[in-house]
Amino acid sequence: MHFDTIAAISTPMGEGAIAIVRLSGDEAVQIADRVFRSPGGKKLAEAMSHTIHYGHLIDPASDETVEEVMVSLMKAPKTFTREDVVEVNCHGGIVAVNRVLALVLKEGARLAEPGEFTKRAFLNGRIDLSQSEAVMDLIRAKTDRAMNVALNQMEGKLSRLIGELRQALIETLAQVEVNIDYPEYDDVEEMTIPHMIENCTWVKSEIEKLLKTSSQGKILREGLSTVIIGRPNVGKSSLLNSLVQENKAIVTDIAGTTRDIIEEYVNVRGVPLRLVDTAGIRETEDIVERIGVERSRQVLKEADLILLVLNNAEALTVEDERLFEAVAGMDTIVVINKTDLPQKIDMAAVNKLAGEGQVVSTSLLQDEGIDELEKAIADLFFEGTIEAEDLTYVSNARHIALLHKAHATIEDALGAAEADVPVDMIQIDVTRTWEILGEIVGDTVQDGLINQLFSQFCLGK
Amino acid sequence: MPHKFEAGTFDCIVVGAGHAGVEAALAAARMGASTLVLTLNVDMIAFMPCNPSIGGPAKGIVVREIDALGGAMGKVIDKTHIQMRMLNTRKGPAVRALRAQLDKVLYQQEMKRVLEETENLTLRQGSVDELIIEDDEVKGVITQVGAVYRAKTVIVTTGTFLRGEIVIGNLRYSSGPNNQMPSIKLADNLRELGFDIVRFKTGTPPRINSRTIDYSKTEIQPGDEEPRAFSYETTEFILDQLPCWLTYTSPRTHEIINENLHLSPMYSGEIKGPGPSYCPSIEDKIVRFNDKSRHQIFLEPEGRNTEEVYVQGLSTSLPEHIQHKLIESVPGLEKAQMMRAGYAIEYDAIVPTQLKPTLETKKIANLYTAGQLNGTSGYEEAAGQGLMAGINAAARALGKEELILGRSDGYIGVLIDDLVTKGTSEPYRLLTSRAEYRLLLRHDNADLRLTEIGYGMGLISEERYAKYVVKKQQIEEEIERLRRVTIKPEAHIHEIMQETESAELKEPMKAANILKRPEMHYDQIVRMTPSEVELSAEVAEQVEIFIKYEGYIEKSMQQVERMKKMEDKKIPEDIDYDAISGIAKEAKAMLKKVRPLSIAQASRMSGVNPADISILLVYIEHGRIAKVSS
Repeated sequence: MHFDTIAAISTPMGEGAIAIVRLSGDEAVQIADRVFRSPGGKKLAEAMSHTIHYGHLIDPASDETVEEVMVSLMKAPKTFTREDVVEVNCHGGIVAVNRVLALVLKEGARLAEPGEFTKRAFLNGRIDLSQSEAVMDLIRAKTDRAMNVALNQMEGKLSRLIGELRQALIETLAQVEVNIDYPEYDDVEEMTIPHMIENCTWVKSEIEKLLKTSSQGKILREGLSTVIIGRPNVGKSSLLNSLVQENKAIVTDIAGTTRDIIEEYVNVRGVPLRLVDTAGIRETEDIVERIGVERSRQVLKEADLILLVLNNAEALTVEDERLFEAVAGMDTIVVINKTDLPQKIDMAAVNKLAGEGQVVSTSLLQDEGIDELEKAIADLFFEGTIEAEDLTYVSNARHIALLHKAHATIEDALGAAEADVPVDMIQIDVTRTWEILGEIVGDTVQDGLINQLFSQFCLGK
Repeated sequence: MPHKFEAGTFDCIVVGAGHAGVEAALAAARMGASTLVLTLNVDMIAFMPCNPSIGGPAKGIVVREIDALGGAMGKVIDKTHIQMRMLNTRKGPAVRALRAQLDKVLYQQEMKRVLEETENLTLRQGSVDELIIEDDEVKGVITQVGAVYRAKTVIVTTGTFLRGEIVIGNLRYSSGPNNQMPSIKLADNLRELGFDIVRFKTGTPPRINSRTIDYSKTEIQPGDEEPRAFSYETTEFILDQLPCWLTYTSPRTHEIINENLHLSPMYSGEIKGPGPSYCPSIEDKIVRFNDKSRHQIFLEPEGRNTEEVYVQGLSTSLPEHIQHKLIESVPGLEKAQMMRAGYAIEYDAIVPTQLKPTLETKKIANLYTAGQLNGTSGYEEAAGQGLMAGINAAARALGKEELILGRSDGYIGVLIDDLVTKGTSEPYRLLTSRAEYRLLLRHDNADLRLTEIGYGMGLISEERYAKYVVKKQQIEEEIERLRRVTIKPEAHIHEIMQETESAELKEPMKAANILKRPEMHYDQIVRMTPSEVELSAEVAEQVEIFIKYEGYIEKSMQQVERMKKMEDKKIPEDIDYDAISGIAKEAKAMLKKVRPLSIAQASRMSGVNPADISILLVYIEHGRIAKVSS
């Protein structure tokens, strides 16, 4: 059977030191060769089957090194899918693995559907027919899980933003459609080309913003900028060390980064955290004194997440309260450390100061409470309640691929609008954009437009 | 019960002679099937109980498609219209649409004459009470007077007559449209046979006397000066047209509605059936869009030999005395005399997912249904279905192959696929936005899309087919020629380009590429490089559209190709969904009900998600499907 080349992340997301991106299909080797450079310059196409190769992944567009990798080459037919298979072993954590996946998708692989590798193995006769029932269950289970994961992410800010974009598009579309289906109705404003350009330009720029957060953007490139603050001796350094030790640091060879800084990228339950540069954190030791100093203010201002550490064994001080003031309105998790010591802190007062922020108790000395803290961080991230400056977290390679597609179609629409193509043709690309964005949030209901038509406009005879 | 008697044997019996029934009967007869049409009243053939107008966006294209498949609607319009307009002329070619205002009486008379003159067709007045069913197969019908007609196939096209009930205010009475006799026994019979039936509602506005309208307070809406026609075969055009008129509701109209809302059956709870959201009553418009200060009212003459005027935009089921007040509140209608009151009508409709894409019922073999009975609304939607049901019933009776139009073949394909795949929760109307390949389904190319198919089914004359072949060849050759010919930047070329302020030609360019410029048209190109034979305006139009929008057309074609691959993955009709493990419960229930014919159709169903499709695909691609078919 002949199939196109598919790719997907084959290891669980966000955990593990190593992650694998798997490619399968007729072009798996060619695609890998387009991005893989071995030190000796040898091409995978010329290599023996079932061999492993060390090298780097290079983005051919920018010639930039993306990852240091080991690549397993397995040529058909003795593979899991009975097709050519290439497995790229890269560093774990969503940052690295997503960049690898995004790269191979850009080079022509198609993102695999849930269960598709197994399905191919089955269709290519690799799996015995008697196992077919199990295959069905697998497809079902993987799909459902993928959908659940998608749904969890979807409740966040991304889905709200995509929702807004789709709403803007569908209102534009509904107006175009109404002009077409009810040409004589005067209470509907004509959707003119300048109008359409205006709406589409806005959508395009929003998609670009989203893509920026994904491919080279802040979160994926740098992680969630996180600042640990607190009075001296409350346990800031211990917290930093705990987070780094508990979670394997992301050790990527990102150009221009030093070993020091790399160690401060930590992966907390799939959330990339960038513990703001060492100097910055060390400096915050005396942040109370330096609160008025511009640099410290800047560090705080740029942070996406604040971990405010308090000492359980001491009463709240004026400095603590000033810290709360300094981070007012920011996403903050309050960490009450030293719970191994007798409690002197007034929890009611802390809760009041924390407001909507979460409060977590830890004893870093006794390794207690780290789990709860990590969970609090992950919850904040995945529920989308973190308000990083004007960005939404697009971390999922499927979403990134779809956003690229949506960007291309809205650009087509704009190009056509500027070339004076009739509105109802431009509409073809606008509709496509709306559908692609819908795939991101799992909403591909076709009847949406028609419902919009009749709720937005008063129509009919 | 009257004494039964044998009254004749036919290939096809068509029950009803509305817009669906007449096209069904004509298609069947033209294909050579002996056809009987039974109607409650032969004076009411192809009656238009609502507005005296056919066509418009999407719907007008359906009429062109019917014509391309040899149907009658377009030709009869061309002979009996009082006005014609091409809509959306300032937009792209894909959404242009023709609409006609008709002389209601002439339309009926002309359609009746067409039926009377058609070979193989018997027209008879009679009310069908019962279908004859043996072993889940229809064998004929029995009428009110006991006449037993036997046939290989039966097509039921009873419109809104099945258990019809007219509602005005709190008055409700058993009736077909416009106080005609309703059909009760047949409605009972369909329920007894086990069909899923829903109650739908629609409505119509009052009519007034033209002599009592003050037209000085309204705006004139004339027809096009350019002669227009729906049929590709029409050569004589009606140039003497009557205008329509536009006025608006007043603040007083809105007050009257709001004050009397409790008397409206829609709001008092008297009517529960869903009405069409694209055709709301004036009550609905004012309640739902109360920020709108006024609504348009179009005054449409109902014919040349009558003063009766249809008040489009004032559809209502308020009591008659309130309707008088409403009319008087509209500028220009202060003294207008109402001739007929508006009303709402409730009727039985068949849940259309019980139908195959051929419009044959799944439950009873050789029984077909078409038109408003299937949950649609509109004369054109009815006629399109009637035509397809007629073709398929005749094909069955004559042992020929069935015909299913795809979504990329025509709006008729979109309409039927939507109905049988998704069903409908309110009377279904075609809209251009329902078609995903709108650019391919144009008003101007219906003949290019469908003539071949119509000819294959025996619906198109040899003469017409020969003309089509020439046209098609001319279009292809001219496109080829313009792609080949190079235009050089010479003085006379420059002059032509300047007419539309097109940028000067700097270097030689292919004629086709010049035509791609938005401001350039075929007639200019042909002056730069004359063609050997003079081409008709229709050919020129096709050449221009194809070259200008080539990129978009290709994009659509690719989409169609992708879908076709999925259409080609057939699901056996006897598949046992219970034997397939892994398909979700809800999807399984839907699949068992709709029984889609292909993976493409399955993927369009609501409640069936991509995982279910994957599983079905796995079974099909590996030949496992045979093992789960009984």
